[in-house]
Amino acid sequence: MGSSVRGLKGLATAIALGWALVSGTAASAQDKQLRIFNWSDYVDPEVLDAFKKETGITVVYDTFDQMETVETKLLAGKTGYDLIVVTASFLPRHIPLNLYTPIDTAKVPNLKNAWPEIQQRLAKYDPGNKFAVNYMWGTTGIGYNVAKIKERLGPDAVIDSWRILFEPDQLKKLSNCGVHVLDAVEEMFPAALRYLGLNPDSKNEADLNKAGELLRKIRPHIQKFHSSEYINALANGDICLAVGYSGDILQAKKRAEEAKNKVEIAYSIPKEGALMWFDSFVIPKDAANPDAALKFIDFVNRPEMAAKNSDFIQYANGNIASKPLLSAAVRDNPGIYPSEAVMSRLYTITPYDQKSQRVVNRLWTRIKTGK
Amino acid sequence: MRTGNAPTRRLGRLVVAVPYLWLLLFFLAPFAIVLRMAFSDAATDLPPYAPHFQGFSQLGEFIAALDLENFRLLGDDPLYWQSYLYSLRIAALTTLIALAIGYPLAYAMASAPRRWQSLLLVLVILPFWTSFLIRVYAWIGILRPEGLLDMVLAGTGVTSEPLRLLNTEAAVLIGMVYSYLPFMVLPLFATLQKLDRSLLEAAADLGAPAWTAFATVTLPLSIPGILAGSALVFIPAVGEFVIPDLLGGPDTVMIGKVLWSEFFSNRDWPLASAVAVVLLFVLVAPLALLQRARLTRGGAA
Repeated sequence: MGSSVRGLKGLATAIALGWALVSGTAASAQDKQLRIFNWSDYVDPEVLDAFKKETGITVVYDTFDQMETVETKLLAGKTGYDLIVVTASFLPRHIPLNLYTPIDTAKVPNLKNAWPEIQQRLAKYDPGNKFAVNYMWGTTGIGYNVAKIKERLGPDAVIDSWRILFEPDQLKKLSNCGVHVLDAVEEMFPAALRYLGLNPDSKNEADLNKAGELLRKIRPHIQKFHSSEYINALANGDICLAVGYSGDILQAKKRAEEAKNKVEIAYSIPKEGALMWFDSFVIPKDAANPDAALKFIDFVNRPEMAAKNSDFIQYANGNIASKPLLSAAVRDNPGIYPSEAVMSRLYTITPYDQKSQRVVNRLWTRIKTGK
Repeated sequence: MRTGNAPTRRLGRLVVAVPYLWLLLFFLAPFAIVLRMAFSDAATDLPPYAPHFQGFSQLGEFIAALDLENFRLLGDDPLYWQSYLYSLRIAALTTLIALAIGYPLAYAMASAPRRWQSLLLVLVILPFWTSFLIRVYAWIGILRPEGLLDMVLAGTGVTSEPLRLLNTEAAVLIGMVYSYLPFMVLPLFATLQKLDRSLLEAAADLGAPAWTAFATVTLPLSIPGILAGSALVFIPAVGEFVIPDLLGGPDTVMIGKVLWSEFFSNRDWPLASAVAVVLLFVLVAPLALLQRARLTRGGAA
C-alpha cells in the first residue's frame, strides 16, 4: 500500500514536471511560431523564406485542397492555426458565428496598397472589410483544349461565351471528347442564371427552377461533375472543355507545358460575365499568435512580395501597387488580369439561406443523377 | 483456467473485457454521438446543428418531441434510397465478379505444388505494398480515352474508336473488383488449401467424374471460405467512396458520395448522420443473414 502511494506521488511529480517543461517551451516557442493553413502550391517558397529570415518567426505551413475541409475544421472548433486562407463566399456564414478576430489595420500599414475595387467587391461578403484581407482573386470560367475545340467546332468557334456550354446542340459536338463542370451549386446556378439573362444572385425559386431546367438539358453531354479532377483531365488532354476556377485551369496549362505532351490549354472569361472569387486571409478567434499573423499579412502586402507571389502562382492579387512589378506574362494575360470592360461584367453572389440552400441542393443532385 | 486461482481468473476476465471496452469506446460511443446528431436540426451554429437530446434528465421531453424529420427525408426523397440500392447493387456485382475470378485463382493456388504456394500468396498480397490511392489513379491512366487500354486495343486492331470507359459504371466495377480481389482470394485459398484431397480420391474411386466431385465435395466444403470472402468484399464495397469518385461519372452516385456531399458541401450534419445510421443498418442486415447461414450450416454438420 505504502509503496504504491509513493509510486503514485512520484508519478504525479513526474507528470507535473513534464507538463511544466512542455508548456514552458511551448510558451516561448509560441511567439516565434506562425501556423498557416493555405491552399496547396499557393505561395512562393522564397517569400516564406524571406519572411522567416527577416522576422525570425518560424512558419508552420499546412495545406489543404478543398475549402470544405477547412470549413469543417472551423465549425468543429479550435483549428490550431494563426492564419487561414478562406474563400470569400464562405465568410457570410462564418462571420456571424464569431470565428474570426477583426484585422487590426494599424498593424498592417501595407494595406494602403490594397486594390480599392477588389476591397469593395470583397465587402459584399465581409461588410466593412473587417475580418478578411484579400490575398488572390480570380474568376470561374471556361478552360479548353485549343486543338480539340478547333477540330470539333471549327476555327471560328466562339469560346468566350456561356453559349459554348449552355447550347445543347453545340455542347453535343463535344460530348464524345469530354466535358467536366464544377460540382458546386454556387458556381453553376449563377452562370446558368446569367446566361438566361436573369440576376445571377437570384434566390427566387422560379428562377432557380429555370436555371435547373437549363442545366438538366446539357447534362447528358457532361462526363463528370467534380471540383478538381478537371485539372489533370485537361492537362492530360483527356477532355475538351471544363468549367472551372481560373487559377486551376492556368495550372493545368502549366502542367501540360511542363509535360511537353503537345496539349495546349487556354482559359477564357465568358463575355456575359463570370463569378469572381476571392481567397482571403483571416485570423481565427483562438489563434495563439495573432501578431505574427498580422506581420505576415503586412509582409505579403509589400508590393514586391505580392508581385513575387503572383508571378509564382499565376493568380491576380489584391494589391494594386504590385501591378507594375508583375512579369508581363501574368499582367498582360486577360485570363488573370481581365480588361476594364470584362471586369465590369464580373459578378459576385450572396450566400443561400438555409431554405433556398436545400432547394438548390436537391435541384443540383437531381440534375447530376439525371433523375 | 477454470480451476485456476483467483488472480488468473481475474486476468482472464480482463483479457475478455479488452475487446468489449474497445467496442464501447470506438464503436458505441461514436455511434451514440452520430445518433444524437441524426435527431438534431441543421443550424447555423458551432458545431452546425441544434441538438434535441439535452441529456438523460430531459429524456421524457426529448421522446415527447422526438422528430424523425431527417429519417423521413431519407424515405421521401428517391435520391437517397436509390443511392442505397445502387450501392448494394454495385457491391453485389463486385462480390460476384470477385468470386468468379477469385475462386479459380484460389483453387489453382491451392492445387499448386507446396513450394510454390507461399510465392503465389506473396504475389496476391504484393499490390498492397503500393498506396491504394495510387493504384486507383493508375486505372485512370489505363482507362482514359487514348489511354493504355485503348492503345493496346487499337494497336492489336480489336477496336478503332476509343472505348470511353472512364467515368462509367464499368470503370467503377473494374476498379472495385481489382481493389477487393485479394480479400476474396485469401479466405478462399485458406479453405481450399485445408481441404482433404483424399475425399476427392474417394469420389473418383466411387465413379464420380471430376465435375461431379467438384460440385458435391469441393464446393460445399469451401462454402465457409466463400461466405468469409464475400463478406470481406461486400461490406466495404457498399460504403466505398474513393473509387466511384475517381473512376465514376454522374451516373455512379454511391451512398458514400451522398454522405460526403451532405456533410461537406451542404453542411447538413444531422442529415449526413441519419444517412450514416441507416447505412449501418443496411450493412447489418446482410451480416445477420450471413451469420444465420453459418449457424444453420453448423447445425446441419
